[in-house]
Amino acid sequence: MSEQPAYRFAVNVTPKPGILDPQGRAVEKSLPHLGIAGVSGVRVGRRVELTVRAVDVAAARGVVDRLASELLSNPLMELYDVEALG
Amino acid sequence: MTARVGIVLFPGSNRDIDAVNALRVAGAEPVVLWHESVDLEGVSAILIPGGFAYGDYLRAGVIARFSPVMRAVAAFAEAGGPVLGICNGFQVLAEAKLVPGALLRNRGLRFVCREVALLPEHLDTPFTRELGVRRPLRMPVAHGEGCYYADDATLDALEREGGVLWRYANPDGSVAGPDDPGNPNGSLRGIAGVRNAAGNVAGLMPHPETAVEAILGSDDGLGIIRSLVVSAAEYAATGAVSGTTTRALAGGAA
Repeated sequence: MSEQPAYRFAVNVTPKPGILDPQGRAVEKSLPHLGIAGVSGVRVGRRVELTVRAVDVAAARGVVDRLASELLSNPLMELYDVEALG
Repeated sequence: MTARVGIVLFPGSNRDIDAVNALRVAGAEPVVLWHESVDLEGVSAILIPGGFAYGDYLRAGVIARFSPVMRAVAAFAEAGGPVLGICNGFQVLAEAKLVPGALLRNRGLRFVCREVALLPEHLDTPFTRELGVRRPLRMPVAHGEGCYYADDATLDALEREGGVLWRYANPDGSVAGPDDPGNPNGSLRGIAGVRNAAGNVAGLMPHPETAVEAILGSDDGLGIIRSLVVSAAEYAATGAVSGTTTRALAGGAA
């Protein structure tokens, strides 16, 4: 049996809209000290990159969706999106 | 018969010895349970102590949730056994969805280590039954992610069904809202601890187990630990614990 193809993904996890993000707020408040104006809506999240071996890209994506929703993010407070990397 | 209470030990737990001491002070036999074991060694209650299980990598409590011992703890909880999570233990229970809600980073971003006043909401639950009277309890908090969060519908349901067990109190005894001085982390509606719908699993951020003797600065936490021990003895003797959902719901649905 030949080895299954490898697919590389990034999972981006961000705080849900409306959830207080004190890290994002702290970053935003620091910007005037840098002399930067006009920036708002800063939200700090997390990016996880990983490689999945599966029969095809759809199956690989299914694996990523499962681990993103069950482990990498907490659906009560975070959203995630999956990005296919080259 | 002395009640046997299990203390779950993860790599990174650091309040386990305090929990051992508290259970002994409360008259129970502590049994330390290693995270890789699924054998609960016949204990009749579980205490998940504070610390930084698995380094709190990814999110506090999330990796601990998938450990072998937590499969056994979930089955124990499902069967009606009493489970109490303290601080990191509360975060583990929330990540495991054994109690509602989530613990976010403290609103002030800082790790907060200080004494708080904790107001119990109900005195007839497996975790508050030995408190006697409703008065503020002094005990420490020590956490970076303790801001209790759930959506409004969940919060409303929790309050309606008696699911909020403890709230932070201001110096004047009032409930400490997210921005009040008595609230160490910005928890919504001042919530410091909650229980599950069935009433047999609870978690709180403050540390009752380090406030069980006068020499520790306060013994106000002993009533919570003794409540767990009494519930453990009851569960061992009868296979059930009083003060779970039926009674709490009857009181809260008026």
